[in-house]
Amino acid sequence: MTDIQIHIKSKAYPAVAQAGHHLAIADFRLSLKSGEFVCLVGPSGCGKTTLLNMIAELDDDFDGEITLGEQHTHPKIGYIFQNPRLLPWRTVRENIELVLGKHQSPDIIDPLLETMQLSQAQHVYPERLSLGMSRRVSIIRAFAVDPDVLLMDEPFVSLDAPTARQVRELLLKLWQQRPHTVLFVTHDLREAIALADRLIFLSPSPMRVISEIVVPISRQERANELAVESFRQKLLHDHPAIKNLL
Amino acid sequence: MTVHQKLFPGLSLLAFLALWQGLAMFLNSPALPLPVTVAGVFWRETVSGQLPYHLGATLLRLVGSFAIAMLLGCAIGIVLGRHKKLDAFFDNWLVIFLNVPALVTIILCYVWFGLVESAAILAVVVNKLPNVIVTIREGTRALDQDLLDMARCYHFSKRKTLVHVIWPQLHPFVMGATRSGLALIWKIILVVELLGRSNGMGYQLHLFFQMFDVAGILAYTIAFVAIIQLIELIILKPLDKKSQRWRR
Repeated sequence: MTDIQIHIKSKAYPAVAQAGHHLAIADFRLSLKSGEFVCLVGPSGCGKTTLLNMIAELDDDFDGEITLGEQHTHPKIGYIFQNPRLLPWRTVRENIELVLGKHQSPDIIDPLLETMQLSQAQHVYPERLSLGMSRRVSIIRAFAVDPDVLLMDEPFVSLDAPTARQVRELLLKLWQQRPHTVLFVTHDLREAIALADRLIFLSPSPMRVISEIVVPISRQERANELAVESFRQKLLHDHPAIKNLL
Repeated sequence: MTVHQKLFPGLSLLAFLALWQGLAMFLNSPALPLPVTVAGVFWRETVSGQLPYHLGATLLRLVGSFAIAMLLGCAIGIVLGRHKKLDAFFDNWLVIFLNVPALVTIILCYVWFGLVESAAILAVVVNKLPNVIVTIREGTRALDQDLLDMARCYHFSKRKTLVHVIWPQLHPFVMGATRSGLALIWKIILVVELLGRSNGMGYQLHLFFQMFDVAGILAYTIAFVAIIQLIELIILKPLDKKSQRWRR
């Protein structure tokens, strides 16, 4: 497990064609403890995906510093993208095998497939999978690398409510088997409450932290949707500004 | 495809032969011999070993120049497609080489390097190379950045990224370059052979032309077209089918 320290002084996109210079993130600070599950909640286009890309080192064009774990260590990152990003020309199993390190045994794939109820589909090409199944494959792929840090970018968006709930429960099951430090982006406040130890509310761009709220409900209680809904109502009542961010 | 539809290619070939037969009988001229006359020449040349010899020489040049042009073209095309500065540096040269007439490069290669085999191969490669580079460069520009980011995030090695992420996306472009390449290269090779070699289809066609032997020209042409069709049927189509098996 790995703690994360983020301090981004600024992240900007240069002017292109009609679009002018865009300051996406300014003076953003966030710390995550090792093994913590943190949800980022903010309006569309505020810079959440940009932040995850910077943590995953897919975007290094910014002023600031992101530290994962101890210095001189290279923590493994599992990234579950908004779009599953599976290789269409490789089967489900091949997609997972490809991310394994040289010293990792493919034997770890079978239990993951079983947990995500995809054992039957392991030799199927992604084009033949439903969106929910594809998302589950991308979750397995991220867990298969045995990551120290797990980044999740609205992984359940555009799934119907029962499928999203089912995949969420499977995700929690995997996470509880092997807790990782998780940064989870979502628009859905119920989802955030059901999953996170801590909620971080973000402003529209330039993105900064507006408020941080610890979720005081135990993991067992969160299985009850009424408990989640009750906390959500309380949260919206105590912090009316949050409504504008959803 | 129904059984009837499967018969269509054979039927169209028969219709073509019938049209040829009718036209040849109507014209009754050595400029258009009967199909049976051409078949006779084909048989005679095959039995004498002349046709296999010249066809083999041309095919060897085709395989050599095609392999060099495709390997070099794919490598350069991928590099130019991935590096904007290099692309900008070489772009004008690419357009220039695309537009230099084949005959000019062939003559220059023979003048500079002599009437030797390597000059002949070089002339064909120089003609085909820009075409492959442009096709593969366009394919590389269209690569899915999301998949490349995924590969980067999961620390794919360069080889793994090339084999599993880049190459499958380039496959349609490579097949396009292969098909147009085969068609283009064998036409250029004929000119190369006609101008500076003492064997091959081009050399032999030149002889037939001097003797006004249209039956010989047609017999050799049919033999070569049949070989290209066989390459399509035995190599390219199965390759296409295998690499596209993931599609619905």
